[in-house]
Amino acid sequence: MTSQISVAPPRPRAERAAPRTKHSPLKRRISAAGWGFVLPFFIGFVLLVVVPVGYSIYLSLYRNQLIGGNHFVGFANYLQAFTDADFWSGVLRVSLFLVVQVPIMLALALICALAIDSGRLHGKSFFRIVLFLPYAVPGVVAVLMWGFMYNPRAGLTGALGHLLGFTIDPISTQWVLPAIGNIVTWEFLGYNMLIFYAALSTVPRELYEAAAIDGAGAFRTIFSVKLPALRGSIVIATIFSIIGSFQLFNEPNILRTTALGIIPTNFTPNLYAYTLSFSGNQVNYAATVAIIMSVFTAVIAYVVQLRGSRKDA
Amino acid sequence: MTELTRRMPQAPHRPRRSVVLTIVMALLLVYTLVPLAWLVISATKSNSDLVNTFGFAFGHFNLFANVADVFTYEGGVYGRWLINTLIYVVVGAGAATVLATLGGYGLAKYDFPGKKAVFAIILGAIAVPGTALAVPTFLLFSKVGLTNTMWAVILPSAISPFGLYLMWVFASDAIPTELMEAARVDGSGELRTFRTISLRLLVPGIVTVALFAIVATWNNYFLPLIMLNDPKLYPLTLGLQQWNAETVGVGAKPVFSLVTTGSLLAVIPIVAAFLLLQRYWQSGLSAGSVKQ
Repeated sequence: MTSQISVAPPRPRAERAAPRTKHSPLKRRISAAGWGFVLPFFIGFVLLVVVPVGYSIYLSLYRNQLIGGNHFVGFANYLQAFTDADFWSGVLRVSLFLVVQVPIMLALALICALAIDSGRLHGKSFFRIVLFLPYAVPGVVAVLMWGFMYNPRAGLTGALGHLLGFTIDPISTQWVLPAIGNIVTWEFLGYNMLIFYAALSTVPRELYEAAAIDGAGAFRTIFSVKLPALRGSIVIATIFSIIGSFQLFNEPNILRTTALGIIPTNFTPNLYAYTLSFSGNQVNYAATVAIIMSVFTAVIAYVVQLRGSRKDA
Repeated sequence: MTELTRRMPQAPHRPRRSVVLTIVMALLLVYTLVPLAWLVISATKSNSDLVNTFGFAFGHFNLFANVADVFTYEGGVYGRWLINTLIYVVVGAGAATVLATLGGYGLAKYDFPGKKAVFAIILGAIAVPGTALAVPTFLLFSKVGLTNTMWAVILPSAISPFGLYLMWVFASDAIPTELMEAARVDGSGELRTFRTISLRLLVPGIVTVALFAIVATWNNYFLPLIMLNDPKLYPLTLGLQQWNAETVGVGAKPVFSLVTTGSLLAVIPIVAAFLLLQRYWQSGLSAGSVKQ
């Protein structure tokens, strides 16, 4: 139970406060103050999140046609999406991205966090801050930089190819997905490392001492003490990475502008939804695609959380 | 040696430095730094050097001319983008921080009817992909005439469910309820307690939430891409992308040095903010975001 943390609220201490009579003026005043603090956020949240989500659901149930105008079609848009090969090829692509890129990135982040936390590194705070830096770099700039370096003529991969005797062109139909995976890994490695590192630093030091007294070596301590302590943050990082993979948009969309013809408009479901609504003028269908992806994301995130919080996982 | 140091009572957990581990990590460090080094080197090169010299070799030192070009090209539009970005960050991320701080504090330290429901809805929203919101938000904004205005970027930036969550976890630990009750007994109103006592204790959490909101707004690309038509309203990210698009296709202009130098200038402030404030956000993060 203790590891089911990602969304489990910390017990508000107010609940355990000294018992008061139920409708005392003080209690009412406190309760009003509580609402007062939350209200500004809540109003904004309703207007900018709840209403658009509701509107999106509404849109997905309608269709706008030249003849007949805007009319209710029930789940017809959803049925269309489920047989839409353009949509599914994007879903497959981001799923592939998810099962390859996310484990690599999280494993690297985990190794970094464990290494920095182990105290066996020279200059550990330098490592921590430098590895985190790419997170602060705007995604657009990250893609522009890597895009230049991927250039086989003037970039890094060209030079590297010269050195090795063969060249691969990262901006080609075959390699562009791994090339994007590399950019995303570069951007978020340090961020995930920091999440893991922050969780490690809350592990009570006595646990390590106890493990050492029991004769546990460094690796034994990692597997028996550190990884269990990290389970909650691994679940969080995995969920955020799943959301990120399914939302993949910025990197392919920016690469598209210079890699003409390599990245199709349905490369990812998000790119597809974007194209549908802003070039194809099919907002109803675009909303449907976005909702299906949200449901996928929520279901997979939920499964990850259930599995992650199982005791024997 | 490791065993020995471990047994010493003064230093119970100080393992020996490992050279191998340091080398392995240094490789990852190189991976992290290579693109940034490339960016810094490239920003010092002229257009022809950018194309004709090896990426990690210096050419003629042309940085100052590049910077001047960046700020004068197309009537100095880069300066405009920079100011726009600052406006989006100050107003959008500023509002996000204020709202998340108040809301997180209220959820953490007060008990009120409906709180559990509010909380469940907001947490559920963290899982809603931001891009799924963008299309309906765009359509709603266009109905009320907000698209292609600064508000179209600022308003959605002001709501950060993740910031609220961070703040709520942070506040429930950072502020002893006893302290608030003592203030109450002394006759302090709730707002005054917040201003005079709680706010100070929340500073590391506020800095953390603010920094993440600043990064999110500074780096925002999708929202302005959808909402804005007028290049005069663009933030830096969208502007740089536009210049980048000018380097290819029909009528391509070789403005590579503008893209690289403009990118470097867009990175520096945000990286500087992180470095200068690291003491705050690192403590805010370890206390908050990943609590068990």
